[in-house]
Amino acid sequence: MRWITARRRHPAAGYAIVLLTLVAIGLGYAALTGAGSPASASAPAPGQQQIARGQEIFARNCASCHGLEAQGTAVAPSLIGVGAAAVDFQVSTGRMPAAEQGPENVRKPPVLDTSQTLEVAGYIASLAGGPAIPSPEQVSTAGADVAVGQELFIANCAQCHNFVGAGGALTYGKFAPALTQATPTQIYEAMLTGPEAMPVFNDTTMTPMNKRDIIAYVTATRTEANPGGFSLGRIGPVTEGLVAFLGLLLFMVVAALWITAKQGKPREHE
Amino acid sequence: MANRALDGVGGFLDDRFRGAKSFRTLFKKIFPDHWTFLLGEIALYCFIILLLTGTFLTFFFQPSMTDVIYHGSYTHLDGIRMSEAYASTLNISFDVRGGLLMRQIHHWAADLFMAAIFAHMLRIFFTGAYRKPREVNWLIGIVLLTLGMLEGLFGYSLPDDLLSGAGLRILEGVMQSIPIVGTYLAFFLFGGAFPGHLIIPRLYILHVLLIPGLILALITAHLFIMFHQKHTQMPGKGRTDKNVVGAPLYPYFMAKTGAFFFFTFAALALASTFAQINPVWLYGPYTPVAMSAGSQPDFYMGMLEGALRVMVPWEWNVAGHTFSFNVFLPALLPLGIIFTAAALWPFIEQWITGDKREHHVNDRPRNAPTRTALGMAVITFYGVLWLEGANDIIADHLNIALYTTTRIAQVSMFVAPVLAYIITKRICLGLQRKDLHLLEHGVETGIIRQMPSGEFIEITRPVSEEEQAKLAFPARPPGLPAPDSADENGIPAPGTRGAIGKVRARLNTILTESVELPGSNGHTNGHGADGSGQAQDEPEHAAVPAGGVPDGSQEIAPGAGQADSGSSGDDAPDQ
Repeated sequence: MRWITARRRHPAAGYAIVLLTLVAIGLGYAALTGAGSPASASAPAPGQQQIARGQEIFARNCASCHGLEAQGTAVAPSLIGVGAAAVDFQVSTGRMPAAEQGPENVRKPPVLDTSQTLEVAGYIASLAGGPAIPSPEQVSTAGADVAVGQELFIANCAQCHNFVGAGGALTYGKFAPALTQATPTQIYEAMLTGPEAMPVFNDTTMTPMNKRDIIAYVTATRTEANPGGFSLGRIGPVTEGLVAFLGLLLFMVVAALWITAKQGKPREHE
Repeated sequence: MANRALDGVGGFLDDRFRGAKSFRTLFKKIFPDHWTFLLGEIALYCFIILLLTGTFLTFFFQPSMTDVIYHGSYTHLDGIRMSEAYASTLNISFDVRGGLLMRQIHHWAADLFMAAIFAHMLRIFFTGAYRKPREVNWLIGIVLLTLGMLEGLFGYSLPDDLLSGAGLRILEGVMQSIPIVGTYLAFFLFGGAFPGHLIIPRLYILHVLLIPGLILALITAHLFIMFHQKHTQMPGKGRTDKNVVGAPLYPYFMAKTGAFFFFTFAALALASTFAQINPVWLYGPYTPVAMSAGSQPDFYMGMLEGALRVMVPWEWNVAGHTFSFNVFLPALLPLGIIFTAAALWPFIEQWITGDKREHHVNDRPRNAPTRTALGMAVITFYGVLWLEGANDIIADHLNIALYTTTRIAQVSMFVAPVLAYIITKRICLGLQRKDLHLLEHGVETGIIRQMPSGEFIEITRPVSEEEQAKLAFPARPPGLPAPDSADENGIPAPGTRGAIGKVRARLNTILTESVELPGSNGHTNGHGADGSGQAQDEPEHAAVPAGGVPDGSQEIAPGAGQADSGSSGDDAPDQ
């Protein structure tokens, strides 16, 4: 107390107070916004050089729709804050760069290779953070429970993606794609970021463990053998009806034609 | 040879039951042969296979909705809570020896059963085989089709998988949509709120006892009536409404029909081995909160599903009561109208044409252009709604926007049947004209001859007798008296008077529109506006019994035309 009382009328005191206040505000701002540290830091933070390359690739392939600063335009949304996971999902499934404006972008061979994708993802993440690309451990199905995954999948995913993830139609030309080619990382990223018409299943709605259960169910079911024979596409009774008519009934008609083709001598009766 | 075997069997039975004569008659009963006559048999054999495989399944199926935790061979569902019904279905599929094959045969047989019934019914309709005296059998057939749909729906609901539950949910919704009493009905059926714990045991007893019993009884009646009335035959040489031309029951028909049973069984066994049906383990147990994309019923309910999907959202709320026309109308109207119209059609047609004669020779569909066109219109209407029932699958796989498919269905369910009617009628009339051309000018031989005058002509040869009998079979109904036309006493005939008489005459004109074939009844082009058509009919009509069998109860020798008729029933069936 006496120390402050003795110096508070010092000519430099005013400057010292202003300086201290500025430093405090600066530190407080840095602490509250969390700028410079990504929300989930599981993937190694990309270096400055990588971000610069990412920006370059972005400018060549993406900026025409998303804007030079990824701020979005009339035809494409802003990418600020979407995170590396969203970029990795869209680019690694070939949906981005989009071929055309339509109700929904379709899966196609990716235009950018893996390292380019990671560079763009790093650049977008560097703008404002967002969900990071999950690590291989996060998407690993080791120890995951397929049965729990089945329950969760039927309750949360099947209404659009069908009971085994064969896909289904949505409104206005949109659709839930088949999950036959999706990698575990892509499935995880889709749940995390909710691409196209899909809702976001964040870590509170769907715990990371449950996400792994779902991945385990999807990947196990698509490789699961069909004990009953040919699967007929696993899309429900529509193909079964087709087989009943075009297979069974047609076969029986041919059999009937064959059996009656040879007529005995006609006889008359009553 | 066949005779000796026949004698042996007959002798054995006679020694025991003293019925040699009736067995002989039975064995020698003549059945006409045509591939379309076997469509109903497919359904019959499927039913037998359904009974056998169904009995096997009841040994292992538990119709109970008690919760159990599954710990069976299918590890993907290990530790999951499910009903006993679903768990026992999984056990049948994975733990019972041959269980999955039996389940698949049962299900494929159900699909083929319904498909064959549809095909059989269409054959009966398009050939006019429902006409007098077979109207009752036609009605039994419609009841059988309805029972088959119910039986299939209930069987589909039993495993308590996701799709079964979804089907039951729709059933509940449809019941609830019935004004005033709907809620109560649904409560009675489910024994409380959906899904409850009663519906599966209840559907089970309906599925394994009541409905199969009814179907079995009606099939028996169906067959006995067919046997008693004798099978119809296709038009051909020597075939009239007074005789039956074909092969005797023993040995020909028995051999053929026996072989056909094995064809049916083989087709089902092959399908069940190589094509997976209703993989309930992939659907998962039913929970009311879950649903899958591509949830469809089996195909025979698909039209109803489509009707629900195509409907616009109409709903009234009157004095606290909701009238869900959006569910009630589509569930009831389209199929209700089709079934009611089908049931009444034989009688409507009789009234319009005034044709009260017995018919044992089928029409060729082209010779009844309006009937054939009406049938195609109904098929088109049904088909549009049927496709709409699968609209999400169609939208997904053909890259059409979902609502576009619904919009197309909403328009085409009204437009397409009209187009189908017009197109079919034109095709039929065209085919009739082709027949007429053949009958009048013969078959073109492709030989061109130059006449001494230098003229070129093409040589034609007349159609064979066989062909002629087929082409020129008199299919036309007799003419109808004109509206308000007086008979010899100056009194208009009943049914021709007033506005109804005019409507009837108008309908008659439409229904009997047909190309005049040389063999047809003589009246003018379907108008029946004068009594002369009637008069011209008479000699034609009388000619049949004169050349044929007067009392219509005799059997005719092998290869015989009408001239040989009247020979005894002891003719050797084989030389």
